[in-house]
Parts: sequence; structure tokens; C-alpha cells
Amino acid sequence: MIESSISRKVAMALSGLFLIFFLAQHFTINFTSVFSEDLFNKLSHFMGTNPLVQFILQPILILGVIFHFVMGFILEIKNRRSRKVNYSYQSGISSSWISRNMLFSGVVILSFLGLHFYDFWVPEIKYKYIEFLPDDSQRYYEELIHKFHSPIRVAFYSISFVFLSLHLMHGFASSFQSVGVNNKYSNTIKTIAIAFSVIVPLGFIFIAIFHHLKG
Amino acid sequence: MNLKLKIWRQKNSNSSGEMVDYNISNVSPDMSFLEMMDVLNNELISKDQDPISFDHDCREGICGMCSMYINGRPHGPDDLVTTCQLHMRKFKDGDTIVIEPFRADAFPVIKDLVVDRTAFDRIQQAGGFVSVNTSGNTQDANTIPIQKGNADKAFDAATCIGCGACVATCKNASAMLFVSAKVSQFSLLPQDKVEAKDRVLNMVKQMDEEGFGNCTNTGACEVECPKGISLENIARMNREYLKASIKD
Repeated sequence: MIESSISRKVAMALSGLFLIFFLAQHFTINFTSVFSEDLFNKLSHFMGTNPLVQFILQPILILGVIFHFVMGFILEIKNRRSRKVNYSYQSGISSSWISRNMLFSGVVILSFLGLHFYDFWVPEIKYKYIEFLPDDSQRYYEELIHKFHSPIRVAFYSISFVFLSLHLMHGFASSFQSVGVNNKYSNTIKTIAIAFSVIVPLGFIFIAIFHHLKG
Repeated sequence: MNLKLKIWRQKNSNSSGEMVDYNISNVSPDMSFLEMMDVLNNELISKDQDPISFDHDCREGICGMCSMYINGRPHGPDDLVTTCQLHMRKFKDGDTIVIEPFRADAFPVIKDLVVDRTAFDRIQQAGGFVSVNTSGNTQDANTIPIQKGNADKAFDAATCIGCGACVATCKNASAMLFVSAKVSQFSLLPQDKVEAKDRVLNMVKQMDEEGFGNCTNTGACEVECPKGISLENIARMNREYLKASIKD
């Protein structure tokens, strides 16, 4: 079934919606760091130690991320092969720049994820499963503050989230079209998708700048 | 009007083509685009040069034969019209007009601006029809009650003329709008139900085999379609395809 063009786009849509759900959850936890160090530590400790999250949800998430990116590249290659001779002149007015450049925004997000894994995920795995350091439920907030100390890192995070916002602006509502939802609720879905695409990335940028200035 | 034309010239499907410049003068704003091309061809013939090949037939926006990618848009700068319905008043004196064939690997260039769109015919042959028993006991279609809303949507889908503008404008050269219109015009009607599963599976399979790209929902096809075929049809085909795949 995954062989057909429609099943591939449905797979892209479902994996994208799964990642959007994860993003909302991640944002909710991160945002607590703005107003409650204790709550942020508690939630992070739960996510970092709960076996269901650690050994089932985390691998599913990583597989989801890998699947979405690999499928995205496969689709891009197939699509480029379908028009080997291009036009010499294109007006480009019939579709948005964002919708035509999902691969570009996706690659920026992928490079951000590389840095994000290096910053948070790798030290976390090292702490817990390589060095077997003692469990410390109060360390998460300090680690967050430490990472946002560098203005270059904060700038890169912020730029990446601008591209995430662009990616979501097309991808979120587009996922519903791909799974066959185009009805009287579509305008509401589009409004929610745009609101999410602006608020969540902007919120992540706010968190990074907030801790940078505070720290 | 005096115009400068940059037109794709290609001897045949095996040769490599190039853009060639032509100047044309005394173009009436009331001419259709194809009439302007006819005038240019008359000039070329009178100079003993090879006229420019381009597709055309009914010249009233019904047959879907005319194509051409004009100034970066299929069927040119006007909305909801085919190239034959485009008038020269849409351009200004002194304009440069770039004219190219529809580009897609599934639509190979035959000569100049003529492309082979028989891939669409093969998709239709894969399931774009309702089998009717013509033994003499054929049921009158008007005896089957159909909801007005569904009948209207089926009719809207059936207005697709299969010109290929959707493929031409899509950055992925996807044929989803065309195929979804052909699936939708049946799937909304009760006559469809018996063959619904095979229809959508076979037509999508043929579409993929022809080498069209994947739809990424840019919406360019809907904007450029001369008949205003809606993206709603693509969502409907996706639903039909998923239903059929589960049943299969």
C-alpha cells in the first residue's frame, strides 16, 4: 500500500500530525520553565524517568521523526524525476513560497534537530545510561539555563523556529487534505493550524530569549 | 500592438529544443492568442520557414486540446480560461511573451509546443467510465434519485476537459487534480458504487505508472485550472482510495 503516491502522502500526513502532537506536548512542558522552576523540573523528571515514555514513546518519536524526513526526501526525489526539463520562465503566483519549499524548511529543521539532540538528548542518555550518574530531579532547569547562555545558540534556535513556523503553516492544514478532510470544517482547521504555527514556534523563541536574558 | 515572442522550438521528441525570438507587429487586441499564433505562422510560411506547431481544436474552451505555458502560467495570465479563450488585450504593446510547452516527463514534447497527453487517456481507460449493460434492458438514468448537492458536485467535477494545466503548473507535475475529477464525477453518484473500488485503485495505479509526481497540496492546480476544478476532489479521491485499499 505504501507504494502508491496517495499512500505515501497519507503516511507523510499522519507522521506529520504525530510530530505536531509531540511538539504541543514539548511546548507545554517547556513553557512551565518560564513561571515555575519546580514544575518544570517535576515534569522533565517524569518524562526522563518514566519507563513508558523512555522505552516506548521515545523510540516511537525518534522513528516518527526519521520516517517523516526519509519519506520527505523520497517524495522530493520522485517529484523531481517527474519533470527533468524545467521551464525557462515561471510566474510562481499560483502557489505560496512556503508550500513549494517544504524540503528547504525541513532541512533547516533537521539541522536544528541535530543541534538539539547534541545539546539535550545526547547528554541525557550519557548521564543516565553511560555514566550512570545518580538520579537528580532538580537538574533539568539548570541545564536549560546553561544551554541558553550562548547568544549564538539562541539566535540559531530562533531562526530554526521561524522555519518550523513556515513548515507548519503549510504542513498542518495540508495533512488534513491528504487524509481526505476537505469539508465545512476546513476553514476552522486552517485557522487553528495557522494559530498553532505562529503561537508555538514564537513561544519556543520566547522561552529561549527569556532564559538567555534572565540567565 | 507590437510584441516580442520567445517560443520553444523543438524539431521532434528526440531532438533538444531551444527558445527562439520572434517579433510580431500589428497584433489586434481583439485577436485570440491562437489567432496571433496563426498570424505568426502565416508570416513564417511566407518566408519559407517551418511554422510553429501547437495544439488546438474547438477554440471555444471545451475540447482541452490547446495548451502552452505562457509567461510562466498554463493557458496564460487570465483566470478560468483556456489558451484559445485568451485575448491579446491581456497584453500590452511592447510586451515580451515567453511561450513554452507543458513540461512533465509524462507529457513528452512531440514538436515545438505540442506535447503527448495520451497518459491521460490511459488513466481514463483504466477506470474512468461506468460499465453499462446495453443488452436492451438498460435502466433509464433519470429513474435513479440523486441528491441535488451531489449531482452539482459531480457535474462540477465532470467539467474537467483534461487539458493538463494542473500537471503543467504543479511543481511536482502531479496529475492528482485531473484524476480526482474523473473519480469524483462518478463517486458522488449511485451508479458508481459497483465499480468504485476497482475504479479508484486502477486509475491511481495507472497515474503512478505514467510517471506523474506526488501531490504536495500547493494548490497551484486549482488556481490554474481553466474549469475551476476544486481541491475538494483530491480529498475525496484520497478518501475513496483509502476506503478501497482497506477493502482490498
